[in-house]
Amino acid sequence: MIDQSIASLAKKLRDKEISSVELTQDYLARIKQYDGQLNSYITITEEIALAQAEAADKQLAQGAASPLTGLPIAHKDLFCTDGILTTCASKMLHNFVPPYESTVTGRMLASGTVTLGKTNMDEFAMGSSNEKSYYGAVKNPWNLDKVPGGSSGGSAAAVAAGLCVAATGTDTGGSIRQPASFCGITGLKPTYGRVSRFGMIAYASSLDQAGPMARSAEDCAHILQSIAGFDANDSTSAEVDTEDYTANLDAPLTGLTIGLPKEYFGDGLNNDVASAIQEAVKEFEKLGATVKDISLPNLNLSIPSYYVIAPSEASSNLSRFDGVRYGYRCEEPKDLMDMYKRSRGEAFGKEVQKRIMVGTYALSEGYYDAYYLKAQRIRRLIKEDFVKAFEEVDVIMGPVAPTTAFGIGAKTDDPIAMYLEDIYTLSVNLAGIPAMSVPAGFADGMPVGLQIMGNYFSEAKLLNVAHKFQQATDWHTKNPSLVEGA
Amino acid sequence: MSLEKQDVIKIAHLARLSLDDSDAEQYQQSLSSVLDLVEQMQSVDTDGVEPLSNPLEAKQRLREDIVTEENRREAFLANAPQTEAGLFLVPKVID
Repeated sequence: MIDQSIASLAKKLRDKEISSVELTQDYLARIKQYDGQLNSYITITEEIALAQAEAADKQLAQGAASPLTGLPIAHKDLFCTDGILTTCASKMLHNFVPPYESTVTGRMLASGTVTLGKTNMDEFAMGSSNEKSYYGAVKNPWNLDKVPGGSSGGSAAAVAAGLCVAATGTDTGGSIRQPASFCGITGLKPTYGRVSRFGMIAYASSLDQAGPMARSAEDCAHILQSIAGFDANDSTSAEVDTEDYTANLDAPLTGLTIGLPKEYFGDGLNNDVASAIQEAVKEFEKLGATVKDISLPNLNLSIPSYYVIAPSEASSNLSRFDGVRYGYRCEEPKDLMDMYKRSRGEAFGKEVQKRIMVGTYALSEGYYDAYYLKAQRIRRLIKEDFVKAFEEVDVIMGPVAPTTAFGIGAKTDDPIAMYLEDIYTLSVNLAGIPAMSVPAGFADGMPVGLQIMGNYFSEAKLLNVAHKFQQATDWHTKNPSLVEGA
Repeated sequence: MSLEKQDVIKIAHLARLSLDDSDAEQYQQSLSSVLDLVEQMQSVDTDGVEPLSNPLEAKQRLREDIVTEENRREAFLANAPQTEAGLFLVPKVID
């Protein structure tokens, strides 16, 4: 059961081959058996899951099911879930039980999904390795000595290990795509504004976007269908109609033009990763696509631009954590200032404090123009590179990350090296375009992700391109031994 | 660009973060390396390039000025570290 698609599980539920309660019990048993090693969940909501599964079985019996009804899924612990602990993997929110539901989780509930629990992540989504969680590092199911990527590392590890059918993630600078790549699953970061940010604990509001992490592009399409669309509660939600994301998955790729930016294949890219990506591109040529060499000349500037804009917005967003209305408060504050400083200093991790301070500095008097505005001007140059490229090509392809998953602890002493790992993903968030990570082979036994980037609101096209690749290859069906043993 | 320890103490104060001496030295180094990383922006000619704050260049929507939230005082107070008489409680501000 564990490695089946959403469509096939949905059919089994409809045909009464299995009930949602049975399926949910299977997943809960797997979580108990394996998550001690992986640490992919922060909270397991067993009772809630079983009650939701019972309700789903009733809906299925009445013939009123959506394609997701009764399917056990997990949510990144950054989405507010009404009545369920939501920590953002921080001591700051170790006791926070939201009194309201995020739009993403609310729409998934309305589609009849069963919530198995909340997944681990880098604290406040700041990290690329999932080592920076207050609840401990997550392990990569393909090799327990390696990181799963981040910040949505718990979601990626849980999907890869068969500890949920699919999961939600969020992507501010690569936090869906890079862990999807490292764990050998499929992930989609939609166009900025495609999915509501309401009830997502904010990191960098002009970059944050939620999306699906699953076993295939087809599965991602089903989840996106549930969560995408305008939401009046998010002031930057796009007033653009959604598409039927599963309708054209099988459309032929004849005539598709793929752009290969030379900047994605330069120094720093691991040779084995490069080979896997080149093989994948050949597969697309067999499917009728043509390849064109292009350039995104400002790619290198995405790192400085991002590491000013994201911390600046974080510095502003995280000012809400003041020990007054929710979250951690220090013991016996002597006055208001002491309470603010010690509550924040004691409850935020070091990486979070560092990014807050970078942002505070960049926004402070005398530096705002040289840092924040400069970064935003460069952001426009990066966007224009993509706009120009999409005049010539339909999609852009390259690696998601320069290497496969690295060892736990390997980069903790060199945070800048960790930032440089994000080189292929950051520009997508700065431009606001959609992009996917699709399993495309292995290097040294670890999964390699192919990145497919598309024009604004071209999610249906991206899913079509990824799905056709997955019909022609079987990389996405490979499982770590944890799953094979099931 | 490298920061002095005093700079770090000032930034931490602006960000309302408590900082002990050894932290200040650690952050002095790690913040300086981030600032070095972003320094390469300054060599880029961006004259005449408008800052991009929203990737879709969308304008903020306005909505009708009507009450949309119900009163959920108890639910919101339930997460607060300290409350009294239906209010959030903080350390004494005025003597």
